[in-house]
Amino acid sequence: METIETNQPSSSAVLTPATAPKRGRRSAAAVLGERCIEGLIRLCGISAIVFVFAIFFFVFREGAPILFGGGTGGHGVTEPGAAKPSFDLAKFLFTKTWYPTSLNTPRYGIGALIIGTFSVTLLAMVIAVPFGLGAAVFLSEFCGKKVRETLKITIELLAAIPSVVWGFIGLTVMNVVIQKVFKVQVGLNVLNAAILLALMSVPIIVSIGEDALKAVPDSYREAGIAMGCTRWQLVWRVLLPAAKNGLLAAVLLGVGRAVGETMAVLMATGHSVNIPHSIFDSVRTLTATIAAELGETAEGSDHYRVLFLIGILLFTITFIVNLLADFAVKGIRKK
Amino acid sequence: MTQPKKIDVQNLRLSYGPKEVIHGISFHIEPNEIIGIIGPAQSGKTSLLRCINRTIDFTASAKVSGSIKVDGEDVVTTRNVYELRRKIGMVAPLPVGLPLSIYDNVAFAPRTSGMNNRSDLDGLVEKCLRQAALWNEVKDRLDSLGTKLSGGQQQRLTIARALSHQPEILCLDEFSIAIDPVTTMRIEDVLKELKREMTIILVTNLVQQARRLAARTLFLWNGEIIELDTTDVIFSERAKDPRTRDYVNGIFG
Repeated sequence: METIETNQPSSSAVLTPATAPKRGRRSAAAVLGERCIEGLIRLCGISAIVFVFAIFFFVFREGAPILFGGGTGGHGVTEPGAAKPSFDLAKFLFTKTWYPTSLNTPRYGIGALIIGTFSVTLLAMVIAVPFGLGAAVFLSEFCGKKVRETLKITIELLAAIPSVVWGFIGLTVMNVVIQKVFKVQVGLNVLNAAILLALMSVPIIVSIGEDALKAVPDSYREAGIAMGCTRWQLVWRVLLPAAKNGLLAAVLLGVGRAVGETMAVLMATGHSVNIPHSIFDSVRTLTATIAAELGETAEGSDHYRVLFLIGILLFTITFIVNLLADFAVKGIRKK
Repeated sequence: MTQPKKIDVQNLRLSYGPKEVIHGISFHIEPNEIIGIIGPAQSGKTSLLRCINRTIDFTASAKVSGSIKVDGEDVVTTRNVYELRRKIGMVAPLPVGLPLSIYDNVAFAPRTSGMNNRSDLDGLVEKCLRQAALWNEVKDRLDSLGTKLSGGQQQRLTIARALSHQPEILCLDEFSIAIDPVTTMRIEDVLKELKREMTIILVTNLVQQARRLAARTLFLWNGEIIELDTTDVIFSERAKDPRTRDYVNGIFG
């Protein structure tokens, strides 16, 4: 109570330890506990970076020797005195002969695999982007609350289906359907895999696209409406321009999903090394090659290291795609 | 009063969910008049404007009863609500620069109603920007983003945009809170000019602004009309209700 006295103007108004107002003092245990929790949270945050770097380091360590040291001739041990076969990065990337198990002259050209991956991804996006963005616009602008909740749950369910189940559907259902509808010999092809990938990336595009549209301030909608535009004009002239960065991010994350997908494409593309001339040709993708072959290579052999090199390439592609998506999202926040 | 009423509001009630915010108000607005609506926050001024152009429809919990007639046509049963909204220019209290270029912002409404001739649009955009006292500041950068303008400039851009569909009724909802006093005065001069072409509803927290511009002033408080009379009366000792006198003199509010 004596602290009140110090408020009165007097010569003794200077705060001395005796007259200082009493404040609560926290126990040492509480302070220590807080520090511990803070440290733990910090560790959780940093661990993500640590894991990414650890994975990259491991993949790079397994793949790098062939990149810098050249091949060993295919069997993991260099014969004493034998000339080291050189490894040519350009040849690796741009030739299309993939004979990793040839006894005499194994050839590691992944050109066809790269084209396979990109053709499947491209076609998947051609299908998924209009569907996904259309669904996102419908969900956020046109449908009622009940329909929206139902659709969102269903779409999330679509995202939860394991990829091997998708592959199974591709192998048994889509295969037959494509053979019958398009009258082609093989139903396991670019189209089949692209449809599966489209179905797998649509949920991502829808949910992120819807978030982007929801993030457009309602004042924009009101301004547009007050000027007498119809709902469709509002979407086309106001919302899409306003949300374009977020929608781009949604599409890019969908691309990332499609590029990285393995099991479904392994089962649905036909898995034959081939440069496709139409959407009914079978192809093979980078991811499926790793999945199918890594288990059968000798550790440390050229084949083994080349597969890891493909892993580095995939890592780089998805990294770039995610980075672009990130920049796109940042673009929204600046506004 | 031989002239037809521009806006005729009869027994308007509005509730958000269980809470009624406008308790059955009736008044009318003559063509080509500036009517000032003053009143403290939460008294229903903005809600009233949103009822008139029916953007209230987008608030799911809002329920409107009574009638609002614009040019004799009930806004609730009107055949073409888009036509109605084009008839009404609306300026929100905080500027909403659509993420388009300055030019496209102003050309937005004419384009949605089907005007695509470039030279017509050019002329209209210039006219509207001049009316909003913004033309001289932006004429060299019509292609840059409207959202990059300063707050006050954006507000004038929204005024230009509201004028761009050549409305018959212009609703200004506290347009001056983001604009400096000098520009405010310039826009007020513009409004006096515009009165010849359109009816203006001026919602404002600055009671002196209503005094400067409005022919009649409506004092709205807690969803009820306390007093509606010519501005001269409202701002004098002749005001009937003591609350009006207190409010305009800044004693309560």
